[in-house]
Amino acid sequence: MTVSYFELVCPAGTPASLRAAIDAGADAVYCGYQNCTNARNYPGLNFDQDEMIEGVAYAHARGRKVLVTINTFPRAGNEKPWHQAVDEAAEAKADAIILADIGVLDYATRHQPSLRRHLSVQASAANVLSISFYRDRFGVKRVVLPRVLSVEDIAALIKKTGIETEVFVFGSVGPMSEGRCFLSSYMTGLSPTSEGVCAPASHVSYKENGDCMKSCLGCVTLNQFAKDEPAPYPTPCKGRYVARGKASYLFEEPIGLNAIDILPQLKAAGVTALKIEGRQRSRAYVAEVVGTFRKALDALAAGSAESFANDLKNVAEGGRETFGAYKKGWR
Amino acid sequence: MKKTPSKKSPEKKSRLTLGPLFFNWPADKRRDFYFRIADEADVDCVYLGEVVCSKRESFFEDFLPRVTERLQKAGKEVVLSTLALVTSEREMKEIKARVGQGFLIEANDVACLQALNGKPHVIGPFINVFNESTRDFLIRNKAKRIVLPVEIPASSVKIVAQKRKAEMEVMVFGRQPLSVAMRCYHARAHGLNKDSCQFVCGQNPDGLPVDTTDGQPILTVNGTQTLSHGYGVLLGELGALQKMGVTHFRLSPQDVDMVGVAKIYRAVLDKKFAAKEALAKLRKLTRDVPFMNGFYYGREGLAWIIPAR
Repeated sequence: MTVSYFELVCPAGTPASLRAAIDAGADAVYCGYQNCTNARNYPGLNFDQDEMIEGVAYAHARGRKVLVTINTFPRAGNEKPWHQAVDEAAEAKADAIILADIGVLDYATRHQPSLRRHLSVQASAANVLSISFYRDRFGVKRVVLPRVLSVEDIAALIKKTGIETEVFVFGSVGPMSEGRCFLSSYMTGLSPTSEGVCAPASHVSYKENGDCMKSCLGCVTLNQFAKDEPAPYPTPCKGRYVARGKASYLFEEPIGLNAIDILPQLKAAGVTALKIEGRQRSRAYVAEVVGTFRKALDALAAGSAESFANDLKNVAEGGRETFGAYKKGWR
Repeated sequence: MKKTPSKKSPEKKSRLTLGPLFFNWPADKRRDFYFRIADEADVDCVYLGEVVCSKRESFFEDFLPRVTERLQKAGKEVVLSTLALVTSEREMKEIKARVGQGFLIEANDVACLQALNGKPHVIGPFINVFNESTRDFLIRNKAKRIVLPVEIPASSVKIVAQKRKAEMEVMVFGRQPLSVAMRCYHARAHGLNKDSCQFVCGQNPDGLPVDTTDGQPILTVNGTQTLSHGYGVLLGELGALQKMGVTHFRLSPQDVDMVGVAKIYRAVLDKKFAAKEALAKLRKLTRDVPFMNGFYYGREGLAWIIPAR
């Protein structure tokens, strides 16, 4: 492999996905432990400590990295699982941990000072001052930028802070400031911030309503559609609501982010790493998306302007794609 | 400007506060609202300042000195709240300017903590404080008061507020802020975007109602902010919160008789009314907007749980 155009950071919900991502050309994978310490705490996902140790060894043997996600906010009186996750990630020889809670950052800084700290998107640090705060207080080396910034914003931010940045380029887009969105807990009682679950499947139901289907989260109807229409997963920020007498996707359409066509602009802005969302997605999905991004990055590194956007059409959320906040006018 | 201690509040009394106004009211309505609060409302502390959208910030600027003076003369502590989501250069400049004005500042984005650089301050509800380690770090960083996030359950408040070395505040009335974004949903509902918004948020002084497609009122949009449809109401829970170590109780301004709302809460804090009687009185002031308290009980935030007793 040539010198990477960007560091390509890929999701791994399971050890099999980790190997698939690395085999498909990931420079780094990110994954979490099997509990509430990470923001994708879904049944059947994530790693125990033996799997983490093996995963890190698999990556390191191939010159790649593993970043451990510990990015929820501990519940008062029960901070131990988060501290344990930090210590275990160090023991597993992870290359970095991705954190959001100020208390966990403080713990990691004092107890595992030599373990590299990245700031999670869940910390919602979207400006020079916030990023400087985390850099100065906790020695944070890289920040995963919230999906609310335009390419111009990102360029300005990198110039002023001199910090490494990682930006989302593919997968789901949330329009809300992450880590501070209580819509899902408002409807289900389970919290993305503390329990790591947004719109948990346990609270999702589909009901027939005459010729229509209704999708609900808890007792809240989030969408209605004809029986032959595709049914988007009922996430609160991608539901259909009625405002001013009109039903619409008020917050965001049920579509996926795909920034594969603006990689040169992100490079010019000074971005270090590209992140693919989807630890909850299958190994096949991971292999396909990672492989396509690998091809695109290698083409760019070789000076080619070939577009790979069409290669990902069939795996995008809802079958449709957006540049999200990267393009002005989104907001 | 110096902080004036409240004459009405001896050291141990629970403090009633008026949180920052989330909605885009015309400047003169806003001024008159605060004048009436200064003259008539039994609150100890008033938070001024724009939290939701920096595009609105300049409208009230000219009135700020007079409103502040009137509130302080009435013995109320004035705190200046700052934006919940900071992204632009202009917004950072604004925050730095606020920090230099000598007010006690409520930080709602970590950006503000960097600008404060160790000056005593209040942590607002948009900075996540869910546990004791975060609390302890922020107190070492010179937070003198922490306003807990609306999502925090009583079981956590109990731990975070105990053995406190700082004042603790909980929101007990008003639509619960559920998210902030860069995108303006108010503008989007009018077929506009944030840059071309025409300040349509000004058309809804209590927020834009959002229903499900089968007609259930569910959310409220206020510019870039999304709130609960119902008013968060913790009245029957005030006694328990006092015992947990909560010192300050926040009323979030809605387009209702807030002086009347303050009177009810004060009476319950002072044990002059029972919660049941107080709830009946509050219903009369809040028309048909439902009450919600689920987050407190660790349940879905939209739930209304009748307190035992």
